[in-house]
Amino acid sequence: MLTLTTPLRDVKSLRAGDEVGINGVIYTARDAAHQRLVKLIAEGKPLPFPVEGSIIYYVGPTPAKPGEPIGSAGPTTSVRMDGLTIPLLEQGLKGMIGKGGRSPHVIEAMKEHGAVYFAAVGGAAALIAQSIKEVEVIAYPELGAEAVHRMVVENFPVIVAIDSEGNNLYEQGVATYRDPSLKEAK
Amino acid sequence: MRVIKYDDIVARTKALCLDANRHLPADVFGALKRAQEQEVSPLGKNVLDTILENAEIARTKSMALCQDTGMVVVFAEVGQDARIEGGLLTDAIDEGVRQAYDEGYLRKSVVGDPLERVNTGDNTPAVVHVSLVAGDQLRLTVAPKGFGSENMSALRMLKPAEGVQGVKDFIVETVTKAGGNPCPPIIIGVGIGGTFEKAALMAKRSVLREIGSKHPKPHLAQLEEELLELVNKTGVGPQGFGGTQTALAVFVDTYPTHIAGLPVAVNINCHVARHVEAIL
Ligand code: SF4
Repeated sequence: MLTLTTPLRDVKSLRAGDEVGINGVIYTARDAAHQRLVKLIAEGKPLPFPVEGSIIYYVGPTPAKPGEPIGSAGPTTSVRMDGLTIPLLEQGLKGMIGKGGRSPHVIEAMKEHGAVYFAAVGGAAALIAQSIKEVEVIAYPELGAEAVHRMVVENFPVIVAIDSEGNNLYEQGVATYRDPSLKEAK
Repeated sequence: MRVIKYDDIVARTKALCLDANRHLPADVFGALKRAQEQEVSPLGKNVLDTILENAEIARTKSMALCQDTGMVVVFAEVGQDARIEGGLLTDAIDEGVRQAYDEGYLRKSVVGDPLERVNTGDNTPAVVHVSLVAGDQLRLTVAPKGFGSENMSALRMLKPAEGVQGVKDFIVETVTKAGGNPCPPIIIGVGIGGTFEKAALMAKRSVLREIGSKHPKPHLAQLEEELLELVNKTGVGPQGFGGTQTALAVFVDTYPTHIAGLPVAVNINCHVARHVEAIL
């Protein structure tokens, strides 16, 4: 397994299918937080965290039990963020963590800006939580589970799903194992 | 007439919600283990290991298996010789959900109006399907449903001439299109026939059948087997990363339908296939 430490600089050597452990700081944002971040960018206002070289995790965790930094915290479906991703890539966002495929326009922008999309295992939320050591809400507390959290992570387990050259594990993997006797996917 | 108390329904619903969210049913765990052994893709095998390990962690630490603790779906089969005392059945169920999601540190994922989208704050209301059955007992099946998989479900009104081939094509198409979004390996419930809503309800109910159980009608048992084989040829694999273990099971249910129609509903459940039941 490879390890990566944030902030990310060059992600060109990562390849679709690589299993990676992330160390350092990641930020969370889902639909509602993305809308606010993109609005700030459009208005030329400062963002609540340094986007350059950072990783955004698409997650809405369960509440933390007393004494724990966080509850269960697996990825949510990334495609819902696709209409709000490019402005962040333009600000220097280097990594995104979620689950499921991305739209062609996002993949094009990832190639252009040299960013990578990681998948975390959807539904492995109790396991993933074990690698999250510290959590702090840094913006939009009123959004509850959807607030922007700053997380300190150790060996946070992900898989490179789409790399900075646009190689796409979802397409390559399915093509490798699809039975040729099946009709073409519609 | 046997009396079933409101407070007992509250307490039982609460316990079922907590149990369902923390403990993977034994049949699902077993099926995931078999899938891990059979998966051809090395990455897929690792993913299945991770999923199995997650179930262990959730169980030992009393944590939610998945952060999407879902919208709670309840099937309530009420014996027609029983009487519920102390309040409405649906109120009792909602109160049980409210207590479980608050005290159990589960995520509140329900918005009150689908267009205004303000969170209700307590994960209510549940979606309750009530049916009247023989006897004097109340059977509650609680199945919290995450929307990664719910969003990938589909319903189509096929033409009768499309027949069983049309049904198979529709299911393969739905699973292929869904890709990694519903967190494969998935469990697929299929409702064929009836009307628009009947097909959907059959799909929803059948997805909760025990893995390994066969449909009592031989031709449908065979169809289930064929569908599972077909779906596992799509190549989607664990998490959509490619592989041979896309689904753990396909369950079919049918109902008589109109001469002019062939409704087909496909309900997709993720590997966090939560469902528990109790009899009061
Ligand atoms: S689809 Fe299931 S496993 Fe995946 S995030 Fe949703 S509830 Fe969790």
